[in-house]
Amino acid sequence: MSRQDVLVSVDWAEKNLGTDGIVFLEVDEDTTAYDGGHIPGAVKANWTTELRDPVRRDVLDKAGFEALLSSKGISNDDTVVLYGGNNNWFAAYAYWQFKLYGHENVKLLDGGRKKWELDGRALTTDVVERPATTYTAKDADNSIRAFRDEVVDAINTKNLVDVRSPDEFSGKILAPAHLPQEQSQRPGHVPSAINVPWSKAANEDGTFKSDEELAELYGEAGLDGSKSTIAYCRIGERSSHTWVVLRELLGHGDVKNYDGSWVEYGSLVGVPIELGDGR
Amino acid sequence: MCGAPDQDTLLPAGTDLTKETVLTGKVLAGGLPVGGAFVRLLDSTGEFTAEVVSSASGDFRFFARPGSWTVRALSRSGNGETALTADGPGLHKTEIAVA
Repeated sequence: MSRQDVLVSVDWAEKNLGTDGIVFLEVDEDTTAYDGGHIPGAVKANWTTELRDPVRRDVLDKAGFEALLSSKGISNDDTVVLYGGNNNWFAAYAYWQFKLYGHENVKLLDGGRKKWELDGRALTTDVVERPATTYTAKDADNSIRAFRDEVVDAINTKNLVDVRSPDEFSGKILAPAHLPQEQSQRPGHVPSAINVPWSKAANEDGTFKSDEELAELYGEAGLDGSKSTIAYCRIGERSSHTWVVLRELLGHGDVKNYDGSWVEYGSLVGVPIELGDGR
Repeated sequence: MCGAPDQDTLLPAGTDLTKETVLTGKVLAGGLPVGGAFVRLLDSTGEFTAEVVSSASGDFRFFARPGSWTVRALSRSGNGETALTADGPGLHKTEIAVA
């Protein structure tokens, strides 16, 4: 993978609105953002009701993913361009799920909604209808998904990258500062994890930093490129952003997203937890 | 949060201001509220901590902890930032002028 296989620019996107075989799909943390104005022709997926299992805490299963894409009018050979607010966190999470189920032609709009809005590009409230398709997913590729036991086993052996903010990493707070602080987990981080907040990989306008800047960032943080890597955050979307950086942009071989993340790990009985800044 | 009323009066149910440190404010351009601005919370070292979008009335809100913070807004009307110190739990108000 390289940058042009993974990202599209806002200029490219604007020129390709309405192109056959290209579907724009918006995924936001604020699930009402699309309804207030979206990229012309884009359809929406709601991460709270459509991009995760409706009952248990899990990603969609294969049948659920197939039903979702079919209902959105997405075909197996379509190129899907994902974008969203909050620096593409949830669009990156969707990107990771698209890769999990083997959709090859999926890209992220570099900068997402923020870059699009700051540029003053067109948004519309027009209703978008796409005829349903019959989408066929591949079996889940768990080589890009880490589960809790692998995380415990990775302590002091693999790279563990905690992409939360420094205060979440050190245990001072339990959730990002725009959310109320839940109290159901123990604060802290997985021992031996390095803390590279996802935000260090992005420019202020939401675009990804250059490959050179990204390589320097993780190198200086002590990420050993010869080892396997597991990225985690609180619920698995910010770590999807970093997963995109490490596996898709920098091309590291074995990188997994731990979507259980701190909400799961910090609730486990008896697992090791480290407090403080880790340095 | 588009169209949300003044967030002073819209803290989530159960928010305990004797325990939570809440930073709220308004993004203004020439004294007029700026909705849809991207407001970033930076810690005392300038490290990004969180980001929200201001409401139609220009309001934003963060749940933080006591300490020194900078709130920085990016908008089509321009950018700006304001430093503030939250000396303890409670509601801490500020404004960001963008130009």
